[in-house]
Amino acid sequence: MRYLPKSDSERREMLRACGVSSPDELFAHLPEAARLNRPLALDPGISEYEIADYFRARAAENSNGYASFLGAGVYHHYRPVLVDAVVSRGEFLTSYTPYQAEISQGTLTAIFEFQTMICQLTGMDVANASMYDGSTAVPEAAMMAARATGRRRVLASRGVHPEYREVLRTYARFQGMPVEEFGYDAGTGAIDLEDLERRMDPATAAVIVQSPNFFGVVDKVGAAAEIAHRHGALLVMVFTEAVSLGILAPPAGADIVAGELQSFAISPSYGGPFAGVIATREKFMRQMPGRLVGQTTDSRGNRAFCLTLSTREQHIRREKATSNICTNQALIALMATVFMTVYGKRGLRELAEQNLAKAHYLAAKMQPRFSGPFFNEFVARVDGRSPEDLNKALLKKKIVGGLPLGRWYPELADSMLFCATEMSTRAKMDAVAAPPAPAKPAEVTA
Amino acid sequence: MIAKVRPHPSQNEALLFERSSPGKQAYQLPELDVPAVSAAETLGAENVRGAIDGFPEVSEVEAIRHFTRLSSWNYSIDHGMYPLGSCTMKYNPRINEVVARIEGLAWAHPYQPEALSQGCMRVMARLEAALAEIAGMDAVTLQPAAGAHGELTGILLIRALLAHRGNPRKKILIPDSAHGTNPATAAIAGYEVENIRSSETGALDVGALVRLVTEDVAALMVTNPNTLGVFEHNIVEAAGILHRKGALLYMDGANMNALVGIARPGDFGVDVMHLNLHKTFSTPHGGGGPGAGPVAVKKALEPFLPVPRLRRSGRKLAWDYKRKHSIGRVRAFYGNFGVLVRALAYILAHGGPGLRNATVDAVLNAVYIRKKLEPHFDLPYPSPNLHEVVFSDKRQAEHGVHTGDLAKRLIDYGFHPYTVSFPMIVHGALMIEPTETEGKRELDQFIDAMISIAGEAAADPQLVKGAPYGTRTSRVDEVSAARKPVLRWKAE
Repeated sequence: MRYLPKSDSERREMLRACGVSSPDELFAHLPEAARLNRPLALDPGISEYEIADYFRARAAENSNGYASFLGAGVYHHYRPVLVDAVVSRGEFLTSYTPYQAEISQGTLTAIFEFQTMICQLTGMDVANASMYDGSTAVPEAAMMAARATGRRRVLASRGVHPEYREVLRTYARFQGMPVEEFGYDAGTGAIDLEDLERRMDPATAAVIVQSPNFFGVVDKVGAAAEIAHRHGALLVMVFTEAVSLGILAPPAGADIVAGELQSFAISPSYGGPFAGVIATREKFMRQMPGRLVGQTTDSRGNRAFCLTLSTREQHIRREKATSNICTNQALIALMATVFMTVYGKRGLRELAEQNLAKAHYLAAKMQPRFSGPFFNEFVARVDGRSPEDLNKALLKKKIVGGLPLGRWYPELADSMLFCATEMSTRAKMDAVAAPPAPAKPAEVTA
Repeated sequence: MIAKVRPHPSQNEALLFERSSPGKQAYQLPELDVPAVSAAETLGAENVRGAIDGFPEVSEVEAIRHFTRLSSWNYSIDHGMYPLGSCTMKYNPRINEVVARIEGLAWAHPYQPEALSQGCMRVMARLEAALAEIAGMDAVTLQPAAGAHGELTGILLIRALLAHRGNPRKKILIPDSAHGTNPATAAIAGYEVENIRSSETGALDVGALVRLVTEDVAALMVTNPNTLGVFEHNIVEAAGILHRKGALLYMDGANMNALVGIARPGDFGVDVMHLNLHKTFSTPHGGGGPGAGPVAVKKALEPFLPVPRLRRSGRKLAWDYKRKHSIGRVRAFYGNFGVLVRALAYILAHGGPGLRNATVDAVLNAVYIRKKLEPHFDLPYPSPNLHEVVFSDKRQAEHGVHTGDLAKRLIDYGFHPYTVSFPMIVHGALMIEPTETEGKRELDQFIDAMISIAGEAAADPQLVKGAPYGTRTSRVDEVSAARKPVLRWKAE
C-alpha cells in the first residue's frame, strides 16, 4: 500500500527483531472477547484516480454553477491564490501544535501576526490563536464573562445567529448558566434597547449582541454596552461577517469580541472547517480560552515566540481549565492571516466598500424590511409570493436565492435574507430582483 | 549596519508589520459594476471606522516570501518522523487535499437547498457508516469539530440518556493517566470529576472501580489503549461493572490507531466514544487544527444525538431537525465537512483490509522501538504495548538530564521530539508514537539518535541540557514569556 513505507522483507526482519513470528502475535495479549475476528465490512482500497473520481461524482450532485445570494454566517468571497499556495506548504500543513518552539517558529510567528491583526481590526488588546468557529466562540465568551464577573446569567439578542444561540444553550445548560433572549425592534431590525434594559438583573454576566446582526443590520453595540456596564455585566460582541470590520468602527464598549473568520478566504465547504476567534481587553487576558502565542527571546537573545499562559489550559489545569479546547483551527487561521496580508490596510477597506455598494444596489431593487443601516446583507419581503416560491423560480435560472427566515423567526415567515458580496455581478443581481412570474414557468429562459 | 544577522535569507525575516510601507498592495479588485455608495450616508458616520492602524501593507512578492520564509522554520511530517505520543502524526496523503478542494464540495453553502446538496450529504452518510463499522457502534454524529468537542458531545449524550431514565447522576470517573481534556470536558457538562488511580501495572484498577461505581456515577471515561499504549485487559469486565450499576462507558478514541480492524470498542462494552479524524484518519494537523471529532454511540444513545441528523427520504437524503430528545447543536451547520472529506478519502484509499494492515504496521513500529531502546531507557511499565511506548528519564536524570532536555537534543539529530512529561503517572515520561507511516530506515535512524543521546547524557550532560544547537532559534525562554506576556506586535 502506497502509504506504508515497508517492504515485506523489512517487515519480517522487524518482526524477528521483536521476537514474534507473525503480525497477529503482536495482538495476542488482547482479551479474546475484545477482538474482531473478521475483516471490516468495508470495500477494498482504491487508487488515487478512483478516489478523485468518486468525489468529483459527489460534487456533481451539488449545485455547481449556481449564483448564490446566501449569507447568514457563510459568505462567498474571493479567495486570493496566495492563500492555498501558503497553506499547502507541508511545513504548515503537516506540523503539530507548536509545543516545541525551537522548530515551530513558522507557525508561532504566523499566529503572533494573526493575534496582532485581530487586535488591530477589533480594537481589542489581546486575541487568541483561534476557536473552532464563531458558534462555539460564543459560549466560550459567555463562560469567560461568567468567570470574570462571578455571575451566571446570559442575555443574548435575537439578532445573534440562531444556530449560534442553539450552541450557546447546549453549552450553558448544565453549567448553571441560564440563557435568556431579548428582542429586536420591528422597525429598525436592531436590538430593542428597552427590552434589554427591562431584562437586565444583578445576576447577568454577559449581554451578547451580534453586529452586523443576523438581519445584516449594524447593531447598537455601544448602547447595549452602556446598559450592560451600568448593571455590572460584560458586553460580548459577535460578528459573522469579518469583512465588515474593514469599514465598521471597532466595537466601542465591548469587553469581549467573539467572531467567525470564514469571510477571510475560507471556503464555504458546506459549513466547515472555519475559524473562530476571541479577543478581549487586557484585564480579562487570563480568563481567555484557547491557545495564546507570546513573544520572548531564545538563549542567544534573538526574538522568538512560544505558546504561553498555558496554566489556563486543560493539559495543566484539567477540570479547572478555562475551556476544554485543545485542537483549534490553526491552518484556517493561517488562511485568514494570508488573506489579511494580501488585502492589507487599503484592500480590506476597498473590499468592504464594494460589498456595501453591491448590497445597496440589490436592496434598492427590493423592499427591505428593516430601516437600520446594513452592510452586505438585508431582509426583504417579496410581494405576493412566499420565499420558497420565489426561490423555486430562481433555481430555474441557476440562482440560489435568499434564505427564508420562517424557520427561526415565525414573524418573518414572509421574508428572506439576501447577501451580496464582491462576487455578485450586476447581471445576476438584476436577475434575482426580477424573478420569473410564478404562474408562467414555461416562459422562463435561462 | 548590516541587517542580515543570520546567514540564509530565510533566517532573517521581519514581522509583516515591520515589512510594511504605505501604499504597497498585494491585491486588485475588479472594477465596481454598480454605483459606489457613501459609507457615511449608508452606515451613519458614527459607524464608519478610520484606517486600521498598523495593518499590513506589502506587495504580493513580499507576502509569498514572508510566509515561505516562516514555513522554513517549521519541522513537519513531510520532513521526517514526528513521534509525538498520543498525537498520531502520520503521513497526510495529498489526494485528500485535492478532493477537499473540488469546487462543488469546497463552495457548497450549508444553506443551499437539500436537493442541491446531495453530494455533500452522501459523503457524510458514507463516512458515518464507515466509522460505525470501524468502531462497532450503531450511530455516528459528524458534528463535533475536534476531539475535546467530541468528548463534550459524548458526555452530554450520557447525561441526556441518564436524565431520561430519571437521574443524570453527579460524577464522572477518570483515570489519572487520562488526557487533560477529559476532566475539563466533564466539568463543562456539569459533572464532578473523581480520579481513579492506575494499578501498579498502569492499568485500569478494577478493584478501585468496583468501590467507586455507585448510583452517583454517570460514566467512566477511559482511553483504550491507555496513554501508556497498553490495552486495558479488564475493559470487558469494567464495562460490566458500570452497566450493572446503570453507568456508562465512554471511550476517548485518541489512540484508535492501535485498534482499527483489530478490535472494536462497541464489541468490548463501550457505549459512546469519539474519534479524532486528524489522528487516526490522516487529516493534517495544520499546526494545531482543524480536526474533527465524530462521536459514535450505541442504539440507546441515538435519540439524543445533536440536530440535525441525516435521514434517508426515499432515494434522497434529508436533514432531520425534529428530534425531541436531542441534546441540541454543538456547533453551527453540520461539522468540519472539509475534514470529513479528507478522512473518507483516507478510508477509501486503504479499504477494509488495508486499514487493518496499517494498524499492524503502527504497532510493529512501536514494539520495534521498544525492543531497541529498552536497554538504554527505563521502562516503568513492562506490559505489552500497542501503538506507542512510554519510557522514563530515570537513568538520565541521575546525570541531571531530564526528558525535556533529551527531547531538545533529539531536534539536533533531525527529529521532532516525542511527547514530553505525559502521561503524568510516569515521572519524566518520554512518550513515543511512530505511526505506521515510518519505514525501517527512518526508525533505525531515530533509534540510533536516541541511543546516542543516552550516551551523551551520561558522558556530557551539559551538551544535552543546552540543546538544540542546529536550529535557527535556540532554547526558547518560556518562563519570561509567561511572566510578562507580549501577545501582539506594537509600533515602537
